Amino acid sequence: MTVKTPIYLDYSATTPVDPRVAEKMIPYLTEHFGNPASRSHSYGWTAEKAVEEAREQVAALVKADAKEIVWTSGATESNNLAIKGAAHFYGESKGHHILTIATEHKAVIDTVRELERQGFSASYLEPEADGLIDFEKFKAALRPDTVLASVMLVNNEIGVIQDITALGNLCRANGTLFHVDAAQATGKVDIDLESLPVDLMSFSAHKTYGPKGIGALYVRRKPRVRLEAQMHGGGHERGFRSGTLPVHQIVGMGEAFRIAREEMTLENARIRRLRDKLLTGLTTIEEVYVNGDLKARVPHNLNISFNFVEGESLIMAVKDLAVSSGSACTSSSLEPSYVLRALGRSDELAHSSIRFSIGRFTTEEEIDYTIELLKAKIGKLRELSPLWEMYQDGIDINAVKWAAH
Amino acid sequence: MSAAVYLDHNATTVMDPRVLDAMLPHLGQPVNPTSRHGFGRAARHAINMAREQVAVAVGAHPSQVTFTSGGTEADNLAIKGIADTHTPSQIIVSAIEHPAVLKSAQALRWNGWQVTTTGVNVDGQLDLDQLQTALKQQSALVSVMTANNETGVLQDIAAIAELTKQRGALLHTDAVQALGKIPLDFNALGLHAMSVSGHKIHGPQGIGALILDKHVDIQCLQIGGGQERGLRSGTENVAAIVGFGLACELAMRELPQQATSLTSLQIQLENGLMDLGATIFGSRAPRLPNTSFFAFSDIDGETLVMALDRQGFFVASGSACSSDSVEPSHVLLAMGVTPDLARGAVRVSLGRDNTVAQVADFLLTLRMELTRMKRMTALAV
Amino acid sequence: MAYSEKVLDHYENPRNVGSFNKDEKNVGTGMVGAPACGDVMKLQIKMGDNGIIEDAKFKTYGCGSAIASSSLVTEWLKGKSLDQAMTIKNSDIAEELALPPVKIHCSVLAEDAIKAAIADLRSKQGETMDAALCRHGH
Repeated sequence: MTVKTPIYLDYSATTPVDPRVAEKMIPYLTEHFGNPASRSHSYGWTAEKAVEEAREQVAALVKADAKEIVWTSGATESNNLAIKGAAHFYGESKGHHILTIATEHKAVIDTVRELERQGFSASYLEPEADGLIDFEKFKAALRPDTVLASVMLVNNEIGVIQDITALGNLCRANGTLFHVDAAQATGKVDIDLESLPVDLMSFSAHKTYGPKGIGALYVRRKPRVRLEAQMHGGGHERGFRSGTLPVHQIVGMGEAFRIAREEMTLENARIRRLRDKLLTGLTTIEEVYVNGDLKARVPHNLNISFNFVEGESLIMAVKDLAVSSGSACTSSSLEPSYVLRALGRSDELAHSSIRFSIGRFTTEEEIDYTIELLKAKIGKLRELSPLWEMYQDGIDINAVKWAAH
Repeated sequence: MSAAVYLDHNATTVMDPRVLDAMLPHLGQPVNPTSRHGFGRAARHAINMAREQVAVAVGAHPSQVTFTSGGTEADNLAIKGIADTHTPSQIIVSAIEHPAVLKSAQALRWNGWQVTTTGVNVDGQLDLDQLQTALKQQSALVSVMTANNETGVLQDIAAIAELTKQRGALLHTDAVQALGKIPLDFNALGLHAMSVSGHKIHGPQGIGALILDKHVDIQCLQIGGGQERGLRSGTENVAAIVGFGLACELAMRELPQQATSLTSLQIQLENGLMDLGATIFGSRAPRLPNTSFFAFSDIDGETLVMALDRQGFFVASGSACSSDSVEPSHVLLAMGVTPDLARGAVRVSLGRDNTVAQVADFLLTLRMELTRMKRMTALAV
Repeated sequence: MAYSEKVLDHYENPRNVGSFNKDEKNVGTGMVGAPACGDVMKLQIKMGDNGIIEDAKFKTYGCGSAIASSSLVTEWLKGKSLDQAMTIKNSDIAEELALPPVKIHCSVLAEDAIKAAIADLRSKQGETMDAALCRHGH
């Protein structure tokens, strides 16, 4: 078996640009290089036409109207624009409370914290141990002055899918705007904004085989949702978001979303088979714990904790794999994943977790190799682990009084 | 009709093939620079190299470079981010700033800031007396662009920096149009913030940077993830950053030669324009060697631009960013140009691929179109 | 995180992994750290009749630097008297492995483990001696 290492199993951090997407982008980097705001010559018109076609493609994947799609520089900007823009626009009339979930992406959590600094109040609802939100608790957390609720469709670390229909209906009944971060969901979960009770939805291209540096925000038109712009300037994107539109990036996102729409059914079936194979292989190892619900979960994700093995040494041991421990966006810090802690996992189990995210170019051989590698490395690290020895001697690690240091 | 001649380089530029080559490997690779594995480390290395290339081009240290999604975001970040860490007082902007600066400043009014706009003289240069008067009042920030996107007029940033320094105000300059066309020296000028962009210098669209003096307190605008040392969250646009870096390096390497050849084309163009009776805006002030903004009395700019487009010459009326509107250019009005003449304004912005023959062709075509338009006007009357 | 060659070598090929029977009277066991802190080191020394450490073993739950620090000290301990072993400083370990500042605590933990193992051995030996004295006294 020959497998080229490192094996890329970090598709939730970012995806390679699909060659078909790159091919479509290149003419817009070279011959069709116009500024879509140039209304006086054909370079500008060509660019504008390409931008509008891409807008149709993005809208089609999520069953929205193209007029409801606003280009941004990525999901982080989309989240910032949606949350700050709506809170500022509707805060005076509806109220100054924001409801979100403790396991949201930092782009949401930190934005809500910034609003708290500006005088808003916020609730960060803890999910259940399976990562999903309890509807009753969500309903109870909605207040008369809750202006906005923000819930991610698919969690970036554990891949669980929230029931945004149910949550959105609760928001509707409460007169609360509902924002959904769908950066991890496009191409993985069917999204139908015609029927979903969602007012604002954030998208990213580079999690769905498009380029980095481009994203979009869906802003519902019926009933019309308004936002206070966060980026001021030439009044592009109907005033929602100023700045010269990067045409090649937009074309790339459009093509990436077109491919996702056409291929997601087949692709997800193949990826699910690989993920289930990985799951079966890894759960033959003793003392492993899957993080997050397995049913309400995208087929791409497997997040698993290896007990009695320390996280950093685990990452060193699997250097032939490109995987994440915790989320990519926070992995330069040594803090255990706040998502896993919110599920009630101990710091040790949170530290010793690995997120495998499978994608378009993952092969069966790579999964086989990964399973064998993990079995060998976990065995070796446990051979080194005094905790594993104690566990095998029947000692309850939690009952031991450890000297603090 | 001869082959298409692109004369709108201040709107955007074609990407240099060398820049494209440098970017392509980063489009195919899955690289989130924040990831700790080998893929992520290679991306981080590429970003650091680009940061150095940008720093060299603007006379700054790499640690002073924060990548953004473009010039507009850099302007927003500089103005709103700096204002947010200061007690509201006065912010001074010139009347001819890009909308990204003007609108960002206006947005601060909500937070209790007083926005003072200082005018320019008939040549398009900032009225330093007005600035001095405005600075008598406590001011946190002054923003004056290095080169105007419409007229190409250069501001005396060194003199403005001296005035603001005396009054303890911070100085931001939008150098989007200046980068790669004239030498920039952020640290030598004692600037506090500078915005630059990739797609005006044969780099990719969707990438820019804010150059920032590290002593300046600033609040980030885009939150979550903590990239760019917390100043600008969001997964780095690696390919575009690499492209921007190389475009900066190439621009700097080729700047001396470019400046000479663009200047001689500009002289050729403007001699021809004056023969045709054009008013060239800001012609007595120091300008970028590539920009000529002009008008003919009684000729509508939009119509002329369309006519030139049909003949294969791509020029702009007003500036690209605001060309949705039929309002005359705010830059020209600030210079005291009458609204009627301002409505006739046409901008030619030359680039490195333009030739003497193209300029000559353009002047011939322009003469033809003007004659035709005047005849039509005469018929209509 | 960039690890030094020496850390990588100890991590890939840890020396002296394993356990002695901790109840044996010439075995000293030091267990330091806590799972919640991310490091647990178990260091054991076995003393010969001549009062010299004849063997050492370790098991470590921790990062590469923690594993390397404990692996390294097992090598250093062999052939030393207890008094000599007491002079091993965390700074020596950190220097030998070129640990970055954020990993200095691993070398501190290794020094603590040595001290704990020696203390354990001494208390056992003390007990043995006391017992012997008692017997002599009778």
